[in-house]
Amino acid sequence: MTNVKMKVNGKAVAREVPDETLLSEFLRENLRLTGTHIGCDTSQCGACVVHVNGKVVKACTTLAVSLEGAEITTIEGLANGDLHPMQVAFNDNHGLQCGFCTPGMIMAGVDMVTRYKAEGRELTPEAIRQELEGNICRCTGYHNIVKSIQDAATRM
Amino acid sequence: MYPVKYHKPDTIDDAVAALAAGNEALVLAGGQTLLATMKQHLASPGDLVDIRGIKGMVGIRTESDTLIIGAATTHAEVAGSDVVRKHCPGLAALANGIGDRAVRNMGTIGGSLANNDPAACYPAAMLALGATIVTNTRQISADDYFQGMFTTALDEGEIITAVHVEKPAKAAYAKFAQAASLFALVGVFVADGPHGVRVTVTGAGEDGVFRHEGLEAALSSSWSAEALDGVEVSEEGLNSDMHGSADYRAHLIKVMAKRAVAAA
Repeated sequence: MTNVKMKVNGKAVAREVPDETLLSEFLRENLRLTGTHIGCDTSQCGACVVHVNGKVVKACTTLAVSLEGAEITTIEGLANGDLHPMQVAFNDNHGLQCGFCTPGMIMAGVDMVTRYKAEGRELTPEAIRQELEGNICRCTGYHNIVKSIQDAATRM
Repeated sequence: MYPVKYHKPDTIDDAVAALAAGNEALVLAGGQTLLATMKQHLASPGDLVDIRGIKGMVGIRTESDTLIIGAATTHAEVAGSDVVRKHCPGLAALANGIGDRAVRNMGTIGGSLANNDPAACYPAAMLALGATIVTNTRQISADDYFQGMFTTALDEGEIITAVHVEKPAKAAYAKFAQAASLFALVGVFVADGPHGVRVTVTGAGEDGVFRHEGLEAALSSSWSAEALDGVEVSEEGLNSDMHGSADYRAHLIKVMAKRAVAAA
C-alpha cells in the first residue's frame, strides 16, 4: 500500500491504495470519478484516456502510484461552468450514439486540437482520423466524431 | 493484476539493488507492454522497479556525430525531437508510427528494446543503424544485442540506460501495420550509415528482427528502389499466421524496402 498524492481536476487528492492500482481504478473506485470508462482493459480502445501533466495517457495502462505529484484532468474536469467547446461540438454534431467511448474521444480531441494549434499545423480530417488511432467507437462509424473535432477546433 | 510492490529509485545503483532484492522483480520503463501482460497474468513480478526517476534516463542529445537517447525517453519525445529529426529523420518518423498517441506518451525506447517484441519497430532501426545499446555495466552492439524473439543479450538485473546512434547518410523505415495492434506485419528499415548499407526486417521473421543480405547487396551497388526489383525474397523462416502467410510477408518485405528507399 502507498499513499498516492496527485492533483485531479485542480484538486489535491491523497488515497492509500495497493501498488498495483491502475490510474483508471484509482479514478473510478477511489475518487468515484466514473466518467473515465474502462472499455477493453487491454490498452486498445481509448475509453479511459485522460490527461496526465497535459498529455493523453491510457489510464488503464498506468499505475496510480507512478504518478505521485502529477496533474490529472478527466472528463469531469473539462467543463468550467459551461461545457467545454469540444463537448458542445460533440453535442451539436451528433458525435456520439451510446456515449461509452465519448469521454476518451473528447479528451483525445482536446489534446489533438491543442497540440496542432501549438505547433501551427492544420488539423485536417485525415490528421484527425490518424490521431484517433487509439480510440475505438463501435456505434458512429467515426464520421460525426471527426466533424465534431473539426468543429471544436474552430471554437477553441 | 496480482499484488506487486512498486519502487522508484533515484539512482541506477538503487535500481540494481531493488532488482536483486525483489521477488522476480522487473524493470518498469513505460509499462505499455508490461502492465498489459501483468493484467492478463502473463507476467507476475513481485516487485516493479520504475527507472523513470533516475537522473539522466530521460533526454536526447548529440555528442559530435552520435545521437544519445536516454532509455526512458518516450516514443513521443523521440518523434517530436528536433535533434532526432535533424540527425536521423527516419528514426523520428518510426517513433511517430508506434502504437497510438497515448501509448507513445508512455512507452519508452529502452522498454521496447528490452522487450524485443518480434514485431516491434525500434529493433529494426537499431540493427540497421548499427546502434550501441548502453547498459549500467557495458556497451552492446546491436549486432550482438538481438538474439531472437523476446530474447536479448541483457543479463539478469542489467538495465539499459541509453542508446547511441551514429549519424547515417540516409535512413528510413516503412511499416505495413497490422490494423488492430499497429505492430508491424512487416516493417523494413533501410540505412546507409557508418556501418555500411543495411536492410533490416521486423514483424516477418520467425526469430524476430533480421538483416536481409540480398536486399543489402542490391542497395549497396545502387541505392534506388529499382535496384531491388530483381532481388528474390524467400519465404523461408517467415511467420505465417491469421494476419498473413509467409509468401505474403515475403512480398511485403520487398514492397516496404522499396518504399523505405524512396522515403530515405
